[in-house]
Amino acid sequence: MSGNTDKQSHAILDNLSLYYGPKKKFVAICAGTGCRAYGSLKVKDALQAELKKQNMTYVDVLATGCLGFCEKGPMMIIHPDKYFYHSVKESDIPEIVEKTIGKGEVISRLLYRHPETQKTLFREEDLPFYKKQLRVVFGKNGMIDPSRIEDYFAIDGYQALAKVLSEMTPEQVISEVKKAGLRGRGGGGFPAAVKWEGVRKAAGEPKYVIANGDEGDPGAYMDRSLMEGNPHSVIEGMIIGAYAVGSNHGYIYVRNEYPLAVENLSKAIQAAKDNGLLGENILGTGFSFDIQINKGAGAFVCGESSALFASIEGRAGEPRAKYVHAVDRGLYDKPTVLNNVETWANVPLIINKGADWFASIGTEGSKGTKIFSLVGKINNTGLIEVPMGTTLYEIIYDMGGGITGGRKFKAVQTGGPSGGCIPESLLDLPVDFDRLYDVGSMMGSGGMIVMDDTSCMVDVARYFLEFLKEESCGKCVPCREGVRRMSEILEDICAGRGREGDIELLETMSTAVADGSLCALGGSAPNPVLSTIRYFREEYEAHIRDHRCPAGVCKGLISYNIDEEKCTGCGVCVKVCATKAITGELKKVHTIDNDKCTRCGACIQSCKFDAIYVK
Amino acid sequence: MTKPISVATKTRQIVKKYGNTKSAVIAVLQDLQETFNYLPKEALKTAAKAMNVPMSRIYEAATFYTAFSLEPRGKHVVKICKGTACHVRGAAILQDRFETTLGIKPGGTTKDGLFSLETVNCVGACALGPVVVINTEYHGQVTINKVDKIIKKINKEEGAQ
Repeated sequence: MSGNTDKQSHAILDNLSLYYGPKKKFVAICAGTGCRAYGSLKVKDALQAELKKQNMTYVDVLATGCLGFCEKGPMMIIHPDKYFYHSVKESDIPEIVEKTIGKGEVISRLLYRHPETQKTLFREEDLPFYKKQLRVVFGKNGMIDPSRIEDYFAIDGYQALAKVLSEMTPEQVISEVKKAGLRGRGGGGFPAAVKWEGVRKAAGEPKYVIANGDEGDPGAYMDRSLMEGNPHSVIEGMIIGAYAVGSNHGYIYVRNEYPLAVENLSKAIQAAKDNGLLGENILGTGFSFDIQINKGAGAFVCGESSALFASIEGRAGEPRAKYVHAVDRGLYDKPTVLNNVETWANVPLIINKGADWFASIGTEGSKGTKIFSLVGKINNTGLIEVPMGTTLYEIIYDMGGGITGGRKFKAVQTGGPSGGCIPESLLDLPVDFDRLYDVGSMMGSGGMIVMDDTSCMVDVARYFLEFLKEESCGKCVPCREGVRRMSEILEDICAGRGREGDIELLETMSTAVADGSLCALGGSAPNPVLSTIRYFREEYEAHIRDHRCPAGVCKGLISYNIDEEKCTGCGVCVKVCATKAITGELKKVHTIDNDKCTRCGACIQSCKFDAIYVK
Repeated sequence: MTKPISVATKTRQIVKKYGNTKSAVIAVLQDLQETFNYLPKEALKTAAKAMNVPMSRIYEAATFYTAFSLEPRGKHVVKICKGTACHVRGAAILQDRFETTLGIKPGGTTKDGLFSLETVNCVGACALGPVVVINTEYHGQVTINKVDKIIKKINKEEGAQ
């Protein structure tokens, strides 16, 4: 690039800086999908109305993307003091405006209370959930209203792009990303720069750049939160990648289930275009790049690269053999870079802060941070971002606050349907791409589903196989038929029809399915079964030999019973039972007819006296 | 009153919006599904002709992706999340309840056309599990009692109309 364009691109960004950023006094309200379900949009409306009423419209209200601590929604952060309020209701708003925003006083009932010390904590960074996190990618959500590009400018948005276009050659960009050691956040952990280099060198035009936002792993939603909360970081990363590989056409492939992500990305793309950051002649440098959004239509397999290409091309998402790589022949048989949403969001950071900074975070083989969704039977559910190498124990106990109801930890499932269940004995495992693989699981896109002693590991394996049975595209026989048969065997075991030799049969079939399938969906399909057999074999044996489900989950192996001492005969369970299996006179101990009972759980959920137990 | 627009005309309008390109098959089907709440046979035939794509390819895409339905769907679509986080928090129990209360299985629609029941492999609101999405509204930490209340509420609203 010439010196002229260098000045030009900076001048444009300097101009933009004139009107950027939220005002000094502002309130960030989480409007991510989780908080919305708790009613955060109503809280936001109430806040805006109240500010108007009290003539305080100089206070800015940011409807931000996900702030992470989904357990405690709706939450808000009041700047400049950064007070963190959670579980806020509409009725709290007048008081918040008057006291906190108006006078800077805190309202202690809205603050987070430390569950052990009972001390009230004022700011995000004081909370155990946030304290040990390193939120370099995800933490910016709190400063951005995704519908306002100015907010992104205020946190150095598009500075990396300006730097790349004015000061760096494509080769320099690739070598910087390589030096940083950025690995793909979508599952496999393939080095991003190697893909980029391949596409840069590959023959064939046009070249394509794609962001994979088909976050299909059940239990993972970090990509959703980035696309919804900080769409410009993904877009900026893609433009930098496009410049590096020499592409003018980009796609973002978004899951059908994420309408808000599509909406926010579309707005962001338009805003970037309006500001000369996307489209023809970006920042006056002569480089052009455009991005189109493609919506998925509900097929897990479309997260796989070649299936995703087929879907963008308008066909059924069936993977193809990989002896020809996507870097040479991907979308429309042209050289294609496909990276996950979170990977793209890391790119501007590497350019801004440097490869050395990035490489100083994490472990030997896995650099930077990773966002995980911490969900399941855990006290503090939500999204966390930690340096690679943080141990499972720190994540689950220090940040996650341990298991709900004080129950016993049993396993944590990572990697979605391609991953596995990791037992208590491995809680000290530092989490990175390679260590997770070593213990029979994988990183996947970062879902961590915590399970306690009421989760049955055979049932979990059955659940994943059923998932994969439905999602297999049907192209390869070993996957289509093998997964189906394995799923049937697991159904049988859970229903009490398991036979001696079933475990060994599952192991044999696992090898066949893994070896005989083209894509990663089939290739890793047996992982949930193999990892649960590896660490929880005795649970399989209890199902098969003793016809017993130790966790009390598998319906065919359990019975519902009433504790005579606890039952008060209140009759609530009789009313909720859909099959009329519970009988008894008022104020006398009730009984359950297990022939009629379907083990639906309605009575257990409704009993206030914990009188119904599973045997 | 203006004359209601025919399925074929509406379909041709949608195809035209995407510039008759073959790669737009899925986008066209998505728009059709949104317009008609399912994929009418006539719409698929018209789309195939207008896009110059064999009907077999349209049908392949329409049946491959779970977001598409060849049958009319109910006015209220109940989607039960079956993601792992929801599963370990009892999604299967909720599914049982919806099935018995509505008298339909996933993929089915009630006789009065009010409800369709579907399962989704994770809606990405895992912290709220178990989650049920009704039309576009998310319901978090759903219990069996909540299921009954939700259905009652919708039935009441419908009855009042």
